[in-house]
Amino acid sequence: MSVTGTMQARRLPGFGLTLGFTLFYVTLMIALPIAALLLKASAVSTTELIETLKSPRVQASLRLTFGASVLAALINTFFGFVAAWTLVRYRFIGRRMIDSLIDLPFAMPTAVSGIALMAIYAPTGLIGQHLIPWGIKTAISPLGVLIALVFIGFPFAVRTIQPAIEELDIEAEQASASLGASRLQTFTRVTLPSLLPAALTGFTLALARALGEYGSVIFIAGNLPMRTEIASLLIVSRLDENDVVGACAIAVVMLTATFGLLLGIQAIQWFIQRKTGRS
Amino acid sequence: MSVEVRQVNKTFGSYKALQDVSLKVNSGELVALLGPSGSGKTTLLRMIAGMEVPDRSQNSEEGKILFFNQDVAKWSVSQRQVGFVFQHYALFKHMSVFENIAFGLRVRPRGQRPSNAQIHDRVKQLLQLIQLEGFGDRFPMQLSGGQRQRVALARALAIEPKVLLLDEPFGALDAKVRQKLREWLRRLHEQMHTTTILVTHDQEEALEVADRVVVMNQAKIEQIGTPEEVFHRPASEFVIDFLGSVNVFSGRSSETLKGESKVYVRPHELQISRNSIDHTSISGQVQKIHRAGASAKVFVQTDNDQKVRVDVPMNQLQSLELGIGQQVFITPMQAHVFSPDYTI
Repeated sequence: MSVTGTMQARRLPGFGLTLGFTLFYVTLMIALPIAALLLKASAVSTTELIETLKSPRVQASLRLTFGASVLAALINTFFGFVAAWTLVRYRFIGRRMIDSLIDLPFAMPTAVSGIALMAIYAPTGLIGQHLIPWGIKTAISPLGVLIALVFIGFPFAVRTIQPAIEELDIEAEQASASLGASRLQTFTRVTLPSLLPAALTGFTLALARALGEYGSVIFIAGNLPMRTEIASLLIVSRLDENDVVGACAIAVVMLTATFGLLLGIQAIQWFIQRKTGRS
Repeated sequence: MSVEVRQVNKTFGSYKALQDVSLKVNSGELVALLGPSGSGKTTLLRMIAGMEVPDRSQNSEEGKILFFNQDVAKWSVSQRQVGFVFQHYALFKHMSVFENIAFGLRVRPRGQRPSNAQIHDRVKQLLQLIQLEGFGDRFPMQLSGGQRQRVALARALAIEPKVLLLDEPFGALDAKVRQKLREWLRRLHEQMHTTTILVTHDQEEALEVADRVVVMNQAKIEQIGTPEEVFHRPASEFVIDFLGSVNVFSGRSSETLKGESKVYVRPHELQISRNSIDHTSISGQVQKIHRAGASAKVFVQTDNDQKVRVDVPMNQLQSLELGIGQQVFITPMQAHVFSPDYTI
């Protein structure tokens, strides 16, 4: 029997239809808008592009966006892990309540989140007023940007790590204990490594969300050029000034960097899975 | 090392998993805990490993677990130094086969930890033992079920356990592999003589591998004995029924003058003939003949409407020239009689 023969025989019916639909959908909804953006950007000459990127204001905004996003994603992965662990492994009163609260940042309009955060972290706000005497400015500062990004990225980390913890092999932990490992050794050598792929996915999603965030950040950030201005805001203000070329240039840089980052993390995932035969 | 369990009880909510169970496993022995699911055999094994805690009792002599006469009931799993093998292997999926086996040595406290070279030698030795040399760099997902279970066994043996506990180790494997691994386990046991307790629901496996078999049912031990003892001298109706197929006759035979007794006769303990042999012969009609197997299974419907299975050697089947609808006589050559239990 030829190899293609068995492949054909094994393929589920409906392959052509579903693949066609998927390709059409991905093209229409994702590839086409990106192509349009690239087309716009291609009108930008290389010198113009480089000029835009050389601008200190653009550089500062890109630095802030990527720096704060990576940091927020790291924070979210850590605390998301702790929260997911608590929700899965322990039974306590109010567990379901907390479980559904976690999803709120998913559902809230980002502008509402921004205003809510402002109410708390503004210099006169609930928490902000107590931090001012310590010299900590939570609003109109890079810290404010970070707070907003942590807020909106948290559910992504929790919701990707949670199922992985639920599916953990309890017997593997018992096996570890029977082999003489302490609780800490079992956790660091058996439990944590099995959760690494899920944590990486959680990190990626939280990062992707943070990179594109706009609504919840702009209120608390204050948008001071060179200090608290994120890239998406800069794009919007360029568009307001009718500078489509400038907006496209920044967008292309964002897009390339984001795509590269996601691809890199995918590659790490793929490498882990291939190495351990889990694909 | 000997293992002893003294009068342990275990309840999960309102469900009784173990009821006043006592058992002693001698040093170097291979004992099988045999029973249907829900009989408490796995709970007993996990209790010996320290993964379950016996119910507390007022009497200080009850609920004890002794390793070589030392009470270990309060010891944690990691302190007991038992090798535990799970039905679904429970290998560490993110570690290579080599690292899986080395795990127990690597997690030892600094003072007792062997050097890297020593660990290397030990793992190599174990890979040889489980016939998986050259598989050290593979990952569990790249192995077959039988290979995975051998790795799990090597991992448990690496720590030189005082007791080896196997929970349905071959339960997830297909019949052929199971048979091979069973023989291999017996050979391994003869080399190492580690005290071993094996949980299984497969009576063939228990009878073939174990020095002694502990038959369990509904949270209690029904019988403890050598495979021969439990098979040929079953202590209860449950034991004879669980260990292979059996025909049940309600007391009509001359041996059973006590009235309501039940007579158990295994299919191979019945003789089939064209003519009546003696007063115990029962007449009937052949209903079905299964010829696949070492001996043929002949199903006979007796005159008082009972279905009986008789195992007939192939050559005898041929000389009898049996066919469907044939009138025959069946005569028990041996029988196990149990009088009804009035203790309720």
